[in-house]
Amino acid sequence: MKLDIILRVLAKLLIPFAVMFASYVQFHGDFGPGGGFQAGVIIAAAVIFYALIYGLPSARQVVPDALVEAMIAVGVLLYAGVGIAGLLLGGNYLDYFVLAHDPVHGQHRGIFWVEAGVAITVSAVMLKIFYVFAGRRRDASEEAS
Amino acid sequence: MGAAAIGIARQRNLFGVVLLSGIYSFLMATLLVVLDAVDVAMTEAAVGAGISTVLLLGAIHLAGGTESKPIHKPWLPLFVVVVTGGMLVYGTLGLPAFSDPQAPIHQHVAPSYLAEGPVKTGVPNVVTAVLASYRGFDTLGETTVVFTAGIGVIALLRRRKPREKFGSKDGEGGK
Repeated sequence: MKLDIILRVLAKLLIPFAVMFASYVQFHGDFGPGGGFQAGVIIAAAVIFYALIYGLPSARQVVPDALVEAMIAVGVLLYAGVGIAGLLLGGNYLDYFVLAHDPVHGQHRGIFWVEAGVAITVSAVMLKIFYVFAGRRRDASEEAS
Repeated sequence: MGAAAIGIARQRNLFGVVLLSGIYSFLMATLLVVLDAVDVAMTEAAVGAGISTVLLLGAIHLAGGTESKPIHKPWLPLFVVVVTGGMLVYGTLGLPAFSDPQAPIHQHVAPSYLAEGPVKTGVPNVVTAVLASYRGFDTLGETTVVFTAGIGVIALLRRRKPREKFGSKDGEGGK
């Protein structure tokens, strides 16, 4: 499958749109359906698509393992950090009203970062699970996908 | 959906089972769209039909494609499932009618969320407002659950790098 030119060209065409759609879902989640979880899954799906067409090693070059593992933790820390920021600014934990001078603006800011944290963790976890599953038999047999 | 579920239960070829469960997830997503739960439908389509299909195919690639014959007769599990399902259906008979505005769940906090949510948070999508703001703790917990799942998978399945210092070759854990 790695050498199939139609699949490769199509994947090249589709993956930017998938990433674009993911960011739309992420940043438009305040107004329409969507949010961090869905966006994270779509980003992970785009990278998995890339890995299926171009092979796991090239996907691992684009999104290295170390980055994915770091992202798993960074997302949760970002979410928890928003809560800490609320504490430091004089509110309760995960209280967004204090994050900006205008309470509604503070809510926007809090929700934005929280959703970003969710998206980072979810996409990284999905991707990591795929990586470990797909890379499991790499030594025993050659090139599977 | 019923046909897909029965097919999943009867099918011995796991490749077919994976495809059928993908179809089941898409049907479920359609049902959720019909119920106006677009956020959940999106998640179901992306996770249930997309990612988990790929992951299950990867698992089949590792474990082989045919289900082995069951050791036990299916009657006891079937009995348990039928009794539990029957009790659940009996329980739903006591619930208020679907989309009844007088139902208790619509009397507690939901009206204030719907009325004040867009004003207080400035977010028109009430689902996002409730998820990220009103129920921020719950969502933090959910994110932590996802995090824990990822850590668990890494701990169980990651291939250890062979220790060059000792020249040992236990590069792979299992087979």
